[in-house]
Amino acid sequence: MVKRHPLYGMMAEFDNAEDLVAAVRRVREAGYTKIDAFTPFPVEGLAEAVGFSASRVPLITFIGGLIGCFGGFFLQYYPNVIGYPLNIGGRPENSWPAFIPITFELTILCAALATVFGMLALNGLPTPYHPVFNVARFQLASRNRFFLCIKGRDAKFEVEAAKRFLTGLKAVSVSEIES
Amino acid sequence: MEPETPETRTPPASSSPFLAPGHTYSSVTDKISSLVLTRGTRRGWWFGFLVAFALLMALNYALAAVLIHGVGLFGINIPVAWGFAIVNFVWWIGIGHAGTLISAFLLLMRQKWRTSINRFAEAMTIFAVSCAGIFPLIHLGRPWLFYWLLPYPDTMGVWPQFRSPLVWDVFAVSTYATVSLLFWFVGLIPDLATLRDRARNRVAQVAYGILAMGWRGSAMHWSRYEMASLLLAGLATPLVVSVHTVVSFDFTIAIVPGWHSTIFPPYFVAGAIYSGFAMVLTLAIPLRKYYGLEDFVTMRHLDNMAKMLLATGLIVGYGYMMETFMAYYSGNSYDRTMMVNRMSGPYAFWYWLLISSNILIPLTFLWSSRVRRNVAALFVISLVVQLGMWLERFIIVVTSLHRDFLPSSWRMYYPTQWDFMAFFGSIGLFLTLFYLFIRYLPMISIFEMRELVHKTAAEEAGA
Repeated sequence: MVKRHPLYGMMAEFDNAEDLVAAVRRVREAGYTKIDAFTPFPVEGLAEAVGFSASRVPLITFIGGLIGCFGGFFLQYYPNVIGYPLNIGGRPENSWPAFIPITFELTILCAALATVFGMLALNGLPTPYHPVFNVARFQLASRNRFFLCIKGRDAKFEVEAAKRFLTGLKAVSVSEIES
Repeated sequence: MEPETPETRTPPASSSPFLAPGHTYSSVTDKISSLVLTRGTRRGWWFGFLVAFALLMALNYALAAVLIHGVGLFGINIPVAWGFAIVNFVWWIGIGHAGTLISAFLLLMRQKWRTSINRFAEAMTIFAVSCAGIFPLIHLGRPWLFYWLLPYPDTMGVWPQFRSPLVWDVFAVSTYATVSLLFWFVGLIPDLATLRDRARNRVAQVAYGILAMGWRGSAMHWSRYEMASLLLAGLATPLVVSVHTVVSFDFTIAIVPGWHSTIFPPYFVAGAIYSGFAMVLTLAIPLRKYYGLEDFVTMRHLDNMAKMLLATGLIVGYGYMMETFMAYYSGNSYDRTMMVNRMSGPYAFWYWLLISSNILIPLTFLWSSRVRRNVAALFVISLVVQLGMWLERFIIVVTSLHRDFLPSSWRMYYPTQWDFMAFFGSIGLFLTLFYLFIRYLPMISIFEMRELVHKTAAEEAGA
């Protein structure tokens, strides 16, 4: 049973990306596991520091591409060979070289659709409501500030201890996140 | 004459930075988002928008007339059954290609200079493809039956002819439009979140908020996002090559002299990128001036784009050369006659204008770094190249068709007012969409500019 805390978590604000990455490492060393970091642009190595390993997006892209490839070929094979075979100038019914362009286009199309919708789904977007936006200064996460959040559902989470710990990490400010 | 000292001599544009010094995360964010959020709608914008909108109305008028009365309003005849509609289609779709190339191919190549031009170049792609899409549809004659081109199990029991490049075209262009739109929207998500957070007006907050879908810049989200962008770039790069290749198949698969040639796919792709980079320059030069973006779109960017023009222009020049050489070397009298007719027949003026504006003018002047540093000269050259690329398609379509195999079926092609109205109207559609884009969306990718600030600072600290 996960311990439910009334607060979503504790949020610390940082001035720059390097301080944030260093702070994330310290927080992980201290034993917190349910943490997240928010940055105005992708910061190299931050996802790994937060504890995120491999992304499943490439697999979804690959599956989408396979569906597009086989589906695209079948789309042309079926009417020409099974559904309505026509002899046009003695060409083979399954004239596969002529089917390649559409097969290729549909491979790309399905792979791209899978990539985008797969990425959005894995990220849980659209998210109509999220507690981190309750922190007034969080709107700077899309401008020039870097944020670190220890979530309330972390087994080790305790309001005062978390606040004290984050304040000691070069944080510009620390605030509670209402859930 | 004063001797040049190191101080007075202008440094070559290639040594200037991609981002003017002194910028921070907040300065780039505030500058680009203020263009949308606080600058307001100025008189210059209204003037340009209304001119573009009037042209768009001309397009609507022409399209309505053609829908009611039929394609007989156009100057097409037999044997010249492909007129302005196909010329405009190929021209517009080609222009789109540079946007995808900048956003996808240069991303894979880790070219930092794409950062400040990719957003509006991608927008250009989408709007150009929208313009391109109109023409084959209206050219169908009975456009309301366009869905017969799509494979669906219908009551007639018939299917499209999948061996035909015209059907490949349907798939290529619609895939291209979809993937470009996806790529553009994915790139916009973090910037829409920035606009949502910075907007002070309730309507803007809600509108950008819905579009941003709750993006909050989480580290895990960024990781998947970056992976998705990279994969999309990897998918879009071969796609962009395939699209103009398929467009060129529309010509080459036919046995018409002047069309039936293996040089067409590479030379069409190069020509597409050539005209597209010209369009990016045409758009970038006024944008950076009127919106004060000289810090972001620097002389280095203009120089790089001019060099891309030079490189692709040389490939196009090689294409013309090989086309002419093969017509001679094949020994095929139809091919030779077609080429002689192109150079000295009734359309010779337009052929030589095409050669001047695509080859002679740009490839003479762009070698000079002084020209590449001269913004006005680059702007003029970019317009000249677009004229040249339009004429190229005109020459390919019309001169190859107007002399049929039998002299009894030779006819001239004269465009009508409806042809011109549809063509200039499509420019109106493009500009209308572009004016709306620069008013309501960030024309430079904000988060990528912040990333550029971060990387530039890290490099300086390292150096």
